[in-house]
Amino acid sequence: MFEATAINRRNQRTQRLFGILFLLMTALLVAPVLLILTMLVIKGGPAISIDFLFTNPTHGMTAGGIFPALLGTIWLVAVALLISVPLGVAAAIYLSEYAGNNWFTRIINLAVINLAGVPSIVHALFGVGAFVLFFKFGTSILAASLTLAIMTLPVVIVATRESLQSVPLAFREACWNMGATRWQTIRRVVLPNAVSGILTGIILEVSRTAGETAPIMFTGAVFFTPFLPQGIFDQTMALSLHLFVVSTQVPGVPDDLPYGVALVLVALVLLMNSLSIAFRMYLRGKKKW
Amino acid sequence: MALPRPAPSPRATDFDRRNIAWYIDKLVQLLVFIGGISAIVFVIGIFIFIAKEGLGFILGRFDFTEFFTSPYWYPADEDDPEYGILALIAGTASVTGLAMTVAIPFSLGAAIYIAEFASGKTRELLKVLVELLAAVPSVVWGFIGLSIMNPLIIELFNVPVGLNVLNAGIILGLMAAPIMTSIAEDALKAVPDRYREAAEALGATRWQVIYKTVLPAAKNGLLGAVLLGVGRGFGETMAVLMATGHSINIPHSIFDSVRALTATIAAELGETAVGSDHYQALFTIGIFLFLITFIINLSADLIVRGIRRS
Repeated sequence: MFEATAINRRNQRTQRLFGILFLLMTALLVAPVLLILTMLVIKGGPAISIDFLFTNPTHGMTAGGIFPALLGTIWLVAVALLISVPLGVAAAIYLSEYAGNNWFTRIINLAVINLAGVPSIVHALFGVGAFVLFFKFGTSILAASLTLAIMTLPVVIVATRESLQSVPLAFREACWNMGATRWQTIRRVVLPNAVSGILTGIILEVSRTAGETAPIMFTGAVFFTPFLPQGIFDQTMALSLHLFVVSTQVPGVPDDLPYGVALVLVALVLLMNSLSIAFRMYLRGKKKW
Repeated sequence: MALPRPAPSPRATDFDRRNIAWYIDKLVQLLVFIGGISAIVFVIGIFIFIAKEGLGFILGRFDFTEFFTSPYWYPADEDDPEYGILALIAGTASVTGLAMTVAIPFSLGAAIYIAEFASGKTRELLKVLVELLAAVPSVVWGFIGLSIMNPLIIELFNVPVGLNVLNAGIILGLMAAPIMTSIAEDALKAVPDRYREAAEALGATRWQVIYKTVLPAAKNGLLGAVLLGVGRGFGETMAVLMATGHSINIPHSIFDSVRALTATIAAELGETAVGSDHYQALFTIGIFLFLITFIINLSADLIVRGIRRS
């Protein structure tokens, strides 16, 4: 009775055609990258060992391990987090719980977008001008971490704001009706319900911060230093910069060494990201409202 | 018989709820407000500090015509340094342009597939993959350009140097595509389902629904995604520094090596003396980059906001 007409059939064909076309495009987008990552694993895998991770570079960085760079990255990320997490969470609480729907809030949101969109090298220039020279921190972990913190602030703000806004308004209203102040409501009701979402954002920020190179090049990270950092006013090596250095600046580096460094960096970043994604999915499954 | 004394009439202080909790509340409100305006402070701070470092050059040595129209960037020349960024602009533009020609169709196609065709597990898997791809650090992309793409291009096209516009363009395209895909997918998801249902009720196939209903409705969001992708490509530093070949050139073909604005700052800032003309010229490039990305982000925001209002 409902025989498909010629037009129906043609439309169905077009639909299938476009479905396949877009699937192909998606595959072409993903495939080369997976191929490249596989190559990193194949070429870099043999270079990696416990020794590689925990010894100093030797022979003018053409041999040995990456321990100072790894430790330096941990320093930079930790100090950056100490700065950006309180600031970012405060900003997100303001935007989600206090800010009205007006021009001022729009300007803040625009500033957040812009902060994320400013090129990383411009953040580096800002770090040099502000922290290294004006505030006289010199090239130090503090200056580099401040630069990184400001650069990745939008990651924390956006993730936190989203998880705060996903707490239903009814929760807050119930609490206000008990006579609680705004802050009591936020502390006792909103934050406990949003804390895991905030954590997801923080893990994401760790991954972003660990991979950045340009903002730390002139503010605190150095090509090589024989000393491990002792405090926030020391210079340090960093994993991302180390990859740049061994692949472009040092002559006579054996082939597998930069691949090894790249693999460690990618593994670190992707591990953090996967953790954040897995955590998010687990939360979505657990959510009761 | 004594009448009961009337209850004392309430005084203003009885309604005063300014107890400790009230003061804490106000204090916290102030603190989070400071957090809220910090983003504005930083954006303004970035501009002020790079302008401050670059100001000496802009007021003194700066020559508008030379800066933007001369292809000669020889800041280290002792007798007659030249500060023309035309070749650098050409480098950035050619690489970003090539990257976008590759990335825009593919990421829009992928976004449409993920948002409209894929379902259930496939969609989740693709979304996770795209998110992970977006996370690969730029220095790793640069390294891939240097060590994998470079020999590949030399062999495939039989050219002497594999670090060129083509290499950097592909690398940059691969970098920008996941970001554009996920923003574009958000824009498609923002189109209300009732649009699709209405179209389907009229007997439209899925492709007709997408082509006639979803795409026109998501037009602004998609344009915003493209703009943000352009902004990303424009501001990318490490990957471009490592994969372009870093030689000052106005490219005539995709096999020419070029040098980008961002890469110039990254490569030269370490070698200049603080306060020198060269140093200040690099900050002037920084101001230029800041302004361009500011304009790109602002217009992306206005375009996306336009869709919400209508």
